[in-house]
Amino acid sequence: MTDNELIWRIAGGSGDGIDSTSQNFAKALMRSGLNVFTHRHYPSRIRGGHTYVEIRAAEDEVKSRGDGYNCLLALGDSFARNPQENAYYGNEETKPLTENLDELREGGIIVYDAGLLDAEEEIPDFQERVEENDWHVFDIDLRGMAKEHGREVMRNTAGVGVTAALLDMDLEHIEDLMEDAMGGDILEQNLQILQDAYDHVKDEYEFEHDLRVPTGDHEEEQVLLSGSNAIAYGALDEGCRFISGYPMTPWTDVFTIMSQNLPKFGGISEQVEDEIAAAALAVGASHAGVKSMSGSSGGGFALMSEPLGLAEMTETPIVLVEAMRAGPSTGMPTKPEQGDLEHVLYSSQGDSNRVVFAPGTVAEAYDQTRMAFKMAYDYQIPAIVIFDQKLSGENTNLDASFFDREPNPDPGSVLTEEEIAEAAHDASGKFHRFQHETDNGVSPRSLPGQKGGRYLATGNEHNPPGHISEDPENRVFQMDRRMQKLESIREELNEEHDSQQTYHGPDDADYGIITWGSQQGAVEEAVDRLNDSGYSVKSVGVSDMMPYPEAEMTEFLESVDEALVVEMNATAQFRGLTQKELGLYGDKMTSLLKYNGNPFEPAEIVQGFQSQIDEGGQDLATGTRIEPAAGD
Amino acid sequence: MSAFNAIGDDREIDRDEYTPGLEPQPTWCPGCGDFGVLKALKQALPEVGRTPDETLVCTGIGCSGKLNSYLDTYGFHTIHGRSLPVARAAKLANPGVEVIAAGGDGDGYGIGGNHFMHTARENHDMTYIVFNNEIFGLTKGQTSPTSPKGHKSKTQPSGSAKSPIRPLSLSLTSGASYVARTAAVNPNQAKEIIAEAIEHDGFAHIDFLTQCPTWNKDAKQYVPYVDIQDSDDYDHDVTDRREAAEMMHETEDLLYEGTVLTGRYYVDEDRPSYQEEKQAIGEMPEEPLAERYFDDSYEWERSADLLERHK
Repeated sequence: MTDNELIWRIAGGSGDGIDSTSQNFAKALMRSGLNVFTHRHYPSRIRGGHTYVEIRAAEDEVKSRGDGYNCLLALGDSFARNPQENAYYGNEETKPLTENLDELREGGIIVYDAGLLDAEEEIPDFQERVEENDWHVFDIDLRGMAKEHGREVMRNTAGVGVTAALLDMDLEHIEDLMEDAMGGDILEQNLQILQDAYDHVKDEYEFEHDLRVPTGDHEEEQVLLSGSNAIAYGALDEGCRFISGYPMTPWTDVFTIMSQNLPKFGGISEQVEDEIAAAALAVGASHAGVKSMSGSSGGGFALMSEPLGLAEMTETPIVLVEAMRAGPSTGMPTKPEQGDLEHVLYSSQGDSNRVVFAPGTVAEAYDQTRMAFKMAYDYQIPAIVIFDQKLSGENTNLDASFFDREPNPDPGSVLTEEEIAEAAHDASGKFHRFQHETDNGVSPRSLPGQKGGRYLATGNEHNPPGHISEDPENRVFQMDRRMQKLESIREELNEEHDSQQTYHGPDDADYGIITWGSQQGAVEEAVDRLNDSGYSVKSVGVSDMMPYPEAEMTEFLESVDEALVVEMNATAQFRGLTQKELGLYGDKMTSLLKYNGNPFEPAEIVQGFQSQIDEGGQDLATGTRIEPAAGD
Repeated sequence: MSAFNAIGDDREIDRDEYTPGLEPQPTWCPGCGDFGVLKALKQALPEVGRTPDETLVCTGIGCSGKLNSYLDTYGFHTIHGRSLPVARAAKLANPGVEVIAAGGDGDGYGIGGNHFMHTARENHDMTYIVFNNEIFGLTKGQTSPTSPKGHKSKTQPSGSAKSPIRPLSLSLTSGASYVARTAAVNPNQAKEIIAEAIEHDGFAHIDFLTQCPTWNKDAKQYVPYVDIQDSDDYDHDVTDRREAAEMMHETEDLLYEGTVLTGRYYVDEDRPSYQEEKQAIGEMPEEPLAERYFDDSYEWERSADLLERHK
């Protein structure tokens, strides 16, 4: 939490250039020494609708979107809508505007396009609200400025120039970024518009507001990237050279980034006919010896449950990515939810085993994707990285040196031809691919094309050389061996790697907040605020979904009087998992749930915590719900 | 040194090498056409010089899916309808491996129909053998996509209202560069066609007529058959797409009237395989990707190389 922060929101319709403009603005802020965090809100449509991107920038670390915002740049005719569009929201024609203005903080700045809108005429109670909230309004003809040197669509550049002037921001970084992104006349026109807008504001207006762009300084060179980028880069560094997929929001981001880079890295990307094929291709490529991944979002992942089971039974390593959006079915395509946890843990038939990691931040997305590949290939088991639309699209800055890691091309438990020659074979010469007796459950494999390694991989139960077998004794041996792998992974995660869970707050705190995945940053920020206002709270962001970190979570829950479990779904899926895995603490955990399509803001978590700990002393924020602990 | 020394091994191969010495013995019914596919494949592989260790046979589910259980090669018995996506990715990952996919008419033309269409469209360099007995066998005799219209079964008690799939036409339309039909009752032709399909550089689809003596007693046993290449009545240019399409229509009409035509329908040696197309646009390496993991001298690129545009 920081008092000196800028939360800049650019609003308009899809197709107005909101995304690219905000990306550049965020980078410019990062280059000026600030920490940044972006939050993207958009509808499932190609043009129009109500879109905004928020950029939070501060000298201190920023872990979430924050609460509300303090500077609005509104493109379009009603602070949000595309000029060509009518009543997308049915009767609630002013809803986009209301949504934007409702969250603008006291003393905030509004810049709107006077060329498209007369706010005082068209927006109900506009002047009253401005006075009541002490907002500073700048009605500037952005469209006219853009037309003067270029085209109307360049009004976003004019808007950036205006806010830069109002916030006392140097244009240097913005200009550099424009030069990187465009050239020729387009660049010249944009630079001219930017400068004109900047000068116009500096010359014509006297500012009464205090809001200025904060100052900061990075010790190291920074990079700005999203959760989807981090997953893709983690996969590349772990030697993944094959991806197969079918487009589905928000998984498409990872798929696109991989498709753009894999051929340059000597790998192969395949866009295929459906998600069943996508996961089956990943299985086929991995069977032949290439480190492979596929993925989807909930609806597409449903189709993958067949090949997922096949990978488990044939012990073919694959990594699947599940980018959650609100469900059920196609749900809300562009809105985040953490509703697919149980789907990912238990889909596919039989007593199935898999590894599931849920990273909480952009940095964790990179690390845990690498860990997922390592576990998958060392233990010949499918590994799933589950995250959501929020983490997928949010951008944060990291030290560039974070990515300065060694690649890991090790294909895991694969034998060389010399080792195959020494291994057990059956009387007809088939290699004992699925041996009974192993320490950790792993029975090393051969690859098609290797001498003497022939075996049959099958989704049916099978004996050591892979022949289909319904022999009861063999069945139990094989089942026990496959299940042993998960226990070995649990041990390895505990003993050889640092915990993947993220702890925050004082060790000896009285209360705990538990969360998983993308809500980690907002929870940590809420913990800081609660401790600042006299509570004693710590948090844990859990990443290991399967195998579940039993020992760590037992220790955490034993150490607190009560815990609040924060997650974005309606049925408390992660709390359910915790109770199932630990078999205890049902009376110690209360859930704070939100499933309206928007992620938690820190203030909502603070309120949820207080409403429980202060025994109703504080009302819940709109859109959140408490699921009481057992017995409450 | 290569990690895949079996690939390209040009020694003389003994036909017995493809037969597992011990179990399992085939569980197919006596008189089943599937024995014909197994035999033809065992004869064709040594003839074209493919060793068991460099051959991967991917199958679906059903009686046909057991093909690789009785064949001593690398095998992947996948799931119902999914042999093609598994097989084509294995081929992309290691093009040196000889990849053959097989499945039944329900498996390949029903549940796997989408994969069939797209694998043919992409013209992957592989062989696909569909055991076509016009029935679901292992699930005990239900109507399949190639069962004739009016076919009665426990799941279609009034007789099927659906016309059968036309696998040859579908294959050609989708883009397969080698399309043939053969039958278990014609072993010499079956062996020749399989050998040719394996050698063909592109997607080779063989509709293999296999009689089911248990569940499809009413159906013709695919005799007498006419080999279109040997018959003066059915002269056509196998490289001509339009002529092939006409022949296919005729043969698909005639099949359900009792005239069984077998042979090569379409052979396009000029169309590049999918691997060649991918390499031409720079999206697939020239050397087998799977080799790279064993090449100590290979320099692995890192994500750090991509960071410039994030600064």
